[in-house]
Amino acid sequence: MTRTTNTPLVEMRDISISFGGIKAVDHVTVNLFAGEVVGLLGHNGAGKSTLIKCLSGAYRPDHGQVFIDGQKVTINNPRDARAQNIETIYQTLALADNLNAAANLFLGRELINSAGLLDEAQMEAETRKIMARLNPNFRKFNVPVSALSGGQRQSVAIARAVYFNAKILIMDEPTAALGPQETQMVAELIEELKKQGLGIFLIEHDIHNVMKLCDRASVMKNGQLVGTVDVDKVTDDEILGMIIMGKQSNQGV
Amino acid sequence: MTQDPFTDSNSSKKPQSKISPLTSFLRVTEIDTRLAGMAGALLLIWLGFHYYGLFVNGMGAFLTPRNLWNLSVQTSSIGIMATGMVLVIVTRNIDLSVGALVGVTAMMMGILQVEVLPQYLGLGHPAIWVITVIVGLIAGAIIGALHGWLIAYCRIPAFIVTLGGLLIWRGMAFISAGGKTISPVDQTFALLGGGPYGAIGAWGSWVVGLIACAGVLWMMQSGRAQRVKHDFPLRPMWAEVLLAAIGCGTIIGSVLLVNAYPLPKGIIKALAAANNTIVPPEGIFISHGFAIPVLILISVGVLMTILLTRTRFGRYVFAIGGNPEAASLAGINTRWMTLKIFSLMGMLAGLAGAVASARLNSATNALGLLDELYVIAAAVIGGTSLAGGVGTIYGAILGALVMQSLQTGMVLIGFDTAIQQIVVGIVLVLAVYLDNLYRSKSK
Repeated sequence: MTRTTNTPLVEMRDISISFGGIKAVDHVTVNLFAGEVVGLLGHNGAGKSTLIKCLSGAYRPDHGQVFIDGQKVTINNPRDARAQNIETIYQTLALADNLNAAANLFLGRELINSAGLLDEAQMEAETRKIMARLNPNFRKFNVPVSALSGGQRQSVAIARAVYFNAKILIMDEPTAALGPQETQMVAELIEELKKQGLGIFLIEHDIHNVMKLCDRASVMKNGQLVGTVDVDKVTDDEILGMIIMGKQSNQGV
Repeated sequence: MTQDPFTDSNSSKKPQSKISPLTSFLRVTEIDTRLAGMAGALLLIWLGFHYYGLFVNGMGAFLTPRNLWNLSVQTSSIGIMATGMVLVIVTRNIDLSVGALVGVTAMMMGILQVEVLPQYLGLGHPAIWVITVIVGLIAGAIIGALHGWLIAYCRIPAFIVTLGGLLIWRGMAFISAGGKTISPVDQTFALLGGGPYGAIGAWGSWVVGLIACAGVLWMMQSGRAQRVKHDFPLRPMWAEVLLAAIGCGTIIGSVLLVNAYPLPKGIIKALAAANNTIVPPEGIFISHGFAIPVLILISVGVLMTILLTRTRFGRYVFAIGGNPEAASLAGINTRWMTLKIFSLMGMLAGLAGAVASARLNSATNALGLLDELYVIAAAVIGGTSLAGGVGTIYGAILGALVMQSLQTGMVLIGFDTAIQQIVVGIVLVLAVYLDNLYRSKSK
């Protein structure tokens, strides 16, 4: 872990959000430093995705603040989040199935030419460039993404997050739908992005991936934060204990 | 995405053994198979009616300049609205109120130009038609925006909002004139509906045709230049030439067609009298040329195609149709988009109201009755998927032409209304079934 400064890249402080009386996220504080991968763990319904959607602009928290580089920011919608260089890879991938890879990659941020019209050729050329880096076998540039395999769709979603120079990357179970080879590809990508100084929030169920990829892990249960641990200093059993029992580990806090 | 201009670079490298010559021809020329299929179906319908008339009734009246010219005029109002309906259906909504909107906007325009404006400007003032059309478009846009607001911001399903709108605006059309028919409309306004005077003549048609040909050639040239710039695969030169020839050939063919339809003798006599000349005994041949409502339809079609395929607005329409959640996560304001789409639909209904009332030379409260069904049918026959996310403007216009061809054709060969309805209903269901087959095969 390379913590160069003491100011976290992101700090989500005391975040709460409830839906119809149910507290989905209950006074949770997490932070993330540049060049670090923080795993967000917990059962289904523990509030991980909801918490992260407060950062990506999909939800507005009822309570709490978000700080980026120590500055308080207001994120009301996905556009605000993107303006802060926060990119998200959703579990559902959030791709428009009827559009091709380039159209999805640039969705909401289309390149336009001098006449104000979409510059399709330029967008396709840029898509070819980034895909050549991420997934050199990718060839299907002119078909709707519904015609792509799970791994290919995933690489389109990742390309979308990486292309726009993200500082903060949120990955919601990026390897859930992937085969072993593609999972390895994502793992290598995470390592590479980390070296470039990005901060990554990784929602992950597979404890082996957590131990391999994450620097720290924040565990949630029933909307509350159980605790945050340094992954190097705990065993996978201890993390599993936190997830299942909701008890704070003694080590590595 | 059928409007995508590039082929998969991969497809040309696949083994060619299983591919029929037709498929590989279509692949190399990048002709949209759906477009080719629809054009073929239209041609079959036309030939069918013509030869049915020829053999059964002893007279083939369909493939005549006169009938095809009238067909083009009759298609205009439905075609204009069908282009907007594509956007509505692509975003997984529906608009049942467009027929009633035609009625109410036409009635407003009728009252304005017949009873209100002449009082202030004098009868026949040249500004009357301009003010009338602008007011009609704005009224349509406002009503559409109201529908869109109820749908997007009050979360009432589009089906309900526009079903209510169908009843409300039809009622409004009746009340606003007390059930009267407003007639005759302003003389210049009436030109929007076509008719012998509402056409641009032989020379005008040639100018329009040549501009259109130049447009086709320019589009193909700039498309090729873009591909060269980015090293994308190019179509072979013979395919480019063939496509240009088909495009320009169709345009020039339609110019020849509309110019082959002469003005009726009575009109020529009136024109001659106005110019102080005498009609020689063998008559004078003066061409109709393109009708003004057809030019309006073509302009709307071109503008809507640019809007849908070449702008951010159009891209967001497809994105919302494909995955509304993804669209909103990408920062697209889906509610505001819905409001704008319904407003645009309302404005097009206003334009269609202008064309339809101008054609009848009157505004009646029954104007546009059942149009919503023909408009939806035209969009759906043209390949717009009710599941959302898929549709083209040219398809909808062709769909409108198919619907109108069926109706006109059956009138010409003497089928009565009941049979017409049965046939149109069967064709609608069959067209969607065939479209489903096509889609599942092309996957």
